Amino acid sequence: MSCAQRNFGDVVLDLRNISLSFGGVKALSNVSFDVREHEVRAIIGPNGAGKSSMLNVINGVYHPLEGEIIFRGERRREMDTHQAAAQGIARTFQNIALFKGMSVIDNLLAGRNLKVKSSFLAQLLYWGPALREELEHRRKVEEIIDFLEIQHVRKSAVGQLPYGLQKRVELGRALAMEPSLLLLDEPMAGMNVEEKQDMCRYILDVNDQFGTTLVLIEHDMGVVMDISDRVVVLDYGKKIGDGTPADVRNNQAVIDAYLGVKH
Amino acid sequence: MSEESIGGALDTFPRLLLEHARVRPNAPAMREKDLGIWQTYSWSEVAAHVGALACGLAAQGFKRGMNLAIVGDNRPRLYWAFMAAQSLGGVPVPLYQDAVAQEMAFVLDDAEIAFAVVEDQEQVDKLLEVLPQLPRLKHLYYEDPRGLRHYSQASLMSFDKLLQVGRAFELHNPGFFEAAVAAGRPEDVSVILYTSGTTGKPKGVCQTHAAFIAAGRGCCASDKLGPGDEVLSYLPMAWVGDHLFSYAQALVAGFTINCPESGDTVMIDMREIGPTYYFAPPRVFENLLTQLMIRMEDAAALKRRMFHCFMALARRCGAEILARKAHVSLSDRLLYAIGDVLVFGPLRNVLGMSRVRVAYTAGAAIGPDLFRFYRSIGINLKQFYGSTETCAYVCLQPDGQVKFDTVGLPAPGVDVRIADNGEVLVKSPAVLKEYYKRPDATAEVIDGQGYFHTGDAGFFDADGHLRIIDRARDVGKLANGALYAPNYIENKLKFFTHIKEAVAFGHRRDEVCAFINIDLGAVGDWAERRGLAYSGYTDLAARDEVYDLVQKCVEQVNFELAADPIVCDSQVHRFLVLHKELDPDDDELTRTRKVRRSFVEEKYALLIDALYSAKVSQYIETLVKFEDGRSGKIGADVRIRDARTFLHAPANKAA
Repeated sequence: MSCAQRNFGDVVLDLRNISLSFGGVKALSNVSFDVREHEVRAIIGPNGAGKSSMLNVINGVYHPLEGEIIFRGERRREMDTHQAAAQGIARTFQNIALFKGMSVIDNLLAGRNLKVKSSFLAQLLYWGPALREELEHRRKVEEIIDFLEIQHVRKSAVGQLPYGLQKRVELGRALAMEPSLLLLDEPMAGMNVEEKQDMCRYILDVNDQFGTTLVLIEHDMGVVMDISDRVVVLDYGKKIGDGTPADVRNNQAVIDAYLGVKH
Repeated sequence: MSEESIGGALDTFPRLLLEHARVRPNAPAMREKDLGIWQTYSWSEVAAHVGALACGLAAQGFKRGMNLAIVGDNRPRLYWAFMAAQSLGGVPVPLYQDAVAQEMAFVLDDAEIAFAVVEDQEQVDKLLEVLPQLPRLKHLYYEDPRGLRHYSQASLMSFDKLLQVGRAFELHNPGFFEAAVAAGRPEDVSVILYTSGTTGKPKGVCQTHAAFIAAGRGCCASDKLGPGDEVLSYLPMAWVGDHLFSYAQALVAGFTINCPESGDTVMIDMREIGPTYYFAPPRVFENLLTQLMIRMEDAAALKRRMFHCFMALARRCGAEILARKAHVSLSDRLLYAIGDVLVFGPLRNVLGMSRVRVAYTAGAAIGPDLFRFYRSIGINLKQFYGSTETCAYVCLQPDGQVKFDTVGLPAPGVDVRIADNGEVLVKSPAVLKEYYKRPDATAEVIDGQGYFHTGDAGFFDADGHLRIIDRARDVGKLANGALYAPNYIENKLKFFTHIKEAVAFGHRRDEVCAFINIDLGAVGDWAERRGLAYSGYTDLAARDEVYDLVQKCVEQVNFELAADPIVCDSQVHRFLVLHKELDPDDDELTRTRKVRRSFVEEKYALLIDALYSAKVSQYIETLVKFEDGRSGKIGADVRIRDARTFLHAPANKAA
């Protein structure tokens, strides 16, 4: 699983001095870190540390009070969700956000939304380029189904699937966008050991085969230490650690945040 | 079938392939579902690919007499590898794809494998793991490149690359493939199938082209199979059943092999393909029925009532109507026709068996009720008898002569005899040539007159049908001298949907006792309906309610056993529900899911002692292996219960 030497490209996403507050609550204060091309970057921290807020800032759901985001050389104060998606940022959610009544295929096809080029009318007529495009989308979706090994539930309604499979489908929908940067919010929450192992493998395969850069939030320390290249640690909205898993593990501030200190 | 062709007689598999490519070039030979769409390969395409593949292997140094290991799920390209190896005069050696690396290492070493064609990363990883122990293994070809991008081992090459190499070789050596096929002889070994090894290490069974072709021809003739028939190939390629039913028969008769997308999608793929010819071991039929019953429980009240009402009718006369017996009344026939439209037809459709003309089961005894169920809803399910050593071709049930408790008449060309000790002896063209490199073992099973000793105990009934009761060496005696056939008792227990596995003990003991494995699916569902919460198998198995349920099944079996004077003494006096499922990964079952009796006896000696003492429970800790190769321990307090037994009463038979 672990490659001897992993080479990373340039910084693709640079977050500088991000601060975010809701009323009087400071969710993030002055957090800076960067993400390099092709790496697996983990964000960890105790509950309420601001991890999900950080992801929401990256894909434009929240707009930071201060700071700037540099994504692929473009500097801006805030992202816009559409813009983020169009630039190849996809994400999954902590609580599954799929269309429960729709089949797995339809959910994945929904992820292809931004890739559709033919007009509404052309699609309605389902003719010529629209037909060819539809076939192309379906082929791509089938490749993802094959990749995630969910052939047996291809036509099942998502709401009827077990939780672990739903999580996989959600990853599939994000992949359908063919993202260059994928944000995963607790992809392994609520899974048993076997499902976690499978998910780890899929995440590493995504990173390896599609060359996707990954930012993930995860609580399972074993998983984080195993699969991530660099880790950011947040606590009460502040960054208290940043570095390789080994660095972070030995960081006193991090140990204190997790285990608590005597006051 | 015409015997004249370009290569002379059709007496080897590669010649059969070329003949089909000549006679029906555009007919579908193989299908596989890829990215959600069925892809078809015609006979001419298959022949061309096999030619390229054979040339590729030859270019890489594969020679006549060498063995080619094949590991993976049923995929057309792996079937081509069989044909390519045979074309070159080599011998394909399929391995069970779910075996762990160490088990594979034994076979790979024993068969002196230098070339292996495997399916995917999982199999490549396993082979690379044991590569240091196998100095001969030099070439690994993988079909699915996923995840293998960073593998830099010199021994690795993709299947596509191998085909390219082959095509280049073909250009420089035109006619090479045809010449190689022409050099093949029917008495050459066509395949080495390793026996699952209920005892000791696996042995390689060498079968010739002539043997498998004779077996294939016999089956196809008796069931009138030909081009246009469809079979779903989903059972392990290393198993003789798949090799006969998918490979040998398809090449003999020219029908289509369909490969499912993955192991999980077999049911869906089966419905899409609608095979006309179907083969499954009894446990598959059992699982299907279990699932069906679970889903029936969830159906609306009206549908459920219709189901039960018509199933009662089907039990009464369905099997007789299928067998075209004359004595069924007109009113029953009419009702059955209505039932066929409302219930049986839809049921067959759900099972994917709407088009099934002939279905076979073998490998283990099938419960009479289970067997009857399928026949009564109009599926022509039959039994046959055979083993790896006989190309799975000894006895067949001809249409119209199907009995629930026999395996049928000796097949055409097969001579069956019963030895004095009750063992079944077979002489036919399909009997093995030898065990690979094991003349001692070969001499043990083939006697001076050429009869193969099957190791099964059986007898012929009044109509000349063979009835198998047990493995000859498993048949024992109780302390009072009464016959004791453990399989017979276990099969009766296993017919209950709630019981997945059973192991009976009784040889040279006063009474029979048994281990029970519950079926987690069926009992889990049963528990859910009663609002019983449980955390997993171990917890559920220890429940009082579950013990009550199992006790009822055991007592029902005892009641039935009491009806037959021969087995009346074999009633189960005490039983326990095991705290873990018997598992091939823990060596308790073979890969074909047969109980390794002596191993289980040794491993659970503590529990057996408890069964034969007055104890009501026994604590035991068991080592288990997980799928990823790690191991752990399961400990539990296993309780023991007494079951009611009955006096011999012939009238019980009706129940």
